[in-house]
Amino acid sequence: MSAALAQPLRWPAEGNTRVPFRVYSDPDIHAREQERVFRGPLWHYLCLEIDVPNPGDYCLGEIGEIPIVVTRDAEGALHALVNRCAHKGALVCLKERGNAEALTCVYHSWTYELDGHLRSVAFRHGLRGKGGMPEDFDPVKHRLQPIRLATFCGLVFGSFSDMTPDIETFLGPQVAGVLRRNLGRKLVRLGRHSQIIHNNWKLYAENVRDSYHATLLHTFYTTFKVNRLDMDGGMILSDDGRHSLSYSKRGSLQESSEYSGVHSAQYKSGLHGPELLDGFTEFDDGITHMIQTVFPTLTVQLTLNSLAVRFFTPRGMDRTELFWNYLGYADDPPERTALRARQANLTGAAGLVSLEDGCINEFVQRGSRGSPEATEFLEMGGRDVASSDGSRATETGIRGFWQAWRGLMGL
Amino acid sequence: MPAPDLAVRAEALLLAAAHAIDDDALESWPDFFTRDASYRIVPRDSHAAGEPIGILSCQGQGMMRDRILALRTANIYEPHTLCHVLSRPVLTDMADGGVTSRCNFALFRTQQAGSTELFAAGRYLDRMVEEGGVLRFAAREVVLESRRVDILIVLPI
Repeated sequence: MSAALAQPLRWPAEGNTRVPFRVYSDPDIHAREQERVFRGPLWHYLCLEIDVPNPGDYCLGEIGEIPIVVTRDAEGALHALVNRCAHKGALVCLKERGNAEALTCVYHSWTYELDGHLRSVAFRHGLRGKGGMPEDFDPVKHRLQPIRLATFCGLVFGSFSDMTPDIETFLGPQVAGVLRRNLGRKLVRLGRHSQIIHNNWKLYAENVRDSYHATLLHTFYTTFKVNRLDMDGGMILSDDGRHSLSYSKRGSLQESSEYSGVHSAQYKSGLHGPELLDGFTEFDDGITHMIQTVFPTLTVQLTLNSLAVRFFTPRGMDRTELFWNYLGYADDPPERTALRARQANLTGAAGLVSLEDGCINEFVQRGSRGSPEATEFLEMGGRDVASSDGSRATETGIRGFWQAWRGLMGL
Repeated sequence: MPAPDLAVRAEALLLAAAHAIDDDALESWPDFFTRDASYRIVPRDSHAAGEPIGILSCQGQGMMRDRILALRTANIYEPHTLCHVLSRPVLTDMADGGVTSRCNFALFRTQQAGSTELFAAGRYLDRMVEEGGVLRFAAREVVLESRRVDILIVLPI
């Protein structure tokens, strides 16, 4: 059990519509999050299955401040292990990705099987009959700490908690359906980069659940008169409110669905290079934009035809690293890959419709850091945590995040 | 080795394109490229892996002009300036009369209320061609050492 907060936090009586800014700057809260959120009863994104396709492959991940290594053993089974030598605590794996027959700590050459069991200890029996481990040294008692692992549609998750339900129950039917739609085929990585944003991780978790800000802050579409008159959309929450889907349908793409293959989206835009928005109809539900969040730190994005898995992780209280993994399908013909590559300009660290998110959360951090007792006001779209089909002028997804976070944190 | 005159002009192009960014003369930046030139900012790892998606790409001057228009009129970010420091390039003749260039750079960013910090470092891998007596970039690959961007990229590099 974590210690009580040095300064007790009494949550405002208004509940999920108020958030004290202290949650972004209090080291006690940050420490409690490590235990209750990051080591709590949740599935945390670790990597993609395509990062570890073959026996012997390994890939680094992290859950909160704890480094994780995901391995695929000789039989093809995946393992998630804390990347901390059982001897002195050094990182066992240093390279982000690699292939190895066993994992050897560089410090004293303790060597582990790919499932984390200790294989050998250097000089266990000493040298020339002197030194070495005591007689009762038992290798079985010294292994890399395993954590639970689950996969879903090419995503690899880990959990420290025995209380975490199975992955499908954790996701719920709505999220599982969206992930199957977007990731349920053989994937290929098209690119990756990351961004350091100078704010607490929860501000980005809010940001990806904030369908209210999208057309107000990100004015690229409106400035260039990209047609968006007939866009249906909504904000769908999972039953427990912690995962959210913001989606919209771009009518002009729908009308053209009888075209096969590549066609221009025919926006009446002011762009010199309107082919930026060329796309193809990929799904018959008409949805052309999806931001699916998976509590707490994962987001799956489909922006026109640009498919990406975003993952963000705290780097201290007021820094967050945001990873962009751009994906395509293994059976994409080259022209589709080219279109996905072009549309990748819409998002990412230099994204025409997303780059503002690199600084806006920092503006909140800077604006609020001297006012820990002041609160956010989150009543757009009502005060409840419920889906808002038909309107994205709502903060219901953000309220859902806080409802889940407060439940875990006991606040 | 290109002829001395071509080498001088290639170096001048490298510097002029960098200074246009440093001097906030961004509207002239696309003119350093041919009409259908490609421009891409890509992390070193993605470049090495041959991945098709980097951090930013433009195919043709139109997309470059859109980038400049967007940052002038649509995008929201904290004001900052950039300062390029370029190495001497290594130039190689091409069969078509053009020249390829590799030039390392360091890029410093100054925020409105902040100190000057190293924002990026890497190399320009360029293909330059003659167009009506003017040397222009036909392809420019900006390979960043790091895959990790601080805050955001909005100005071209």
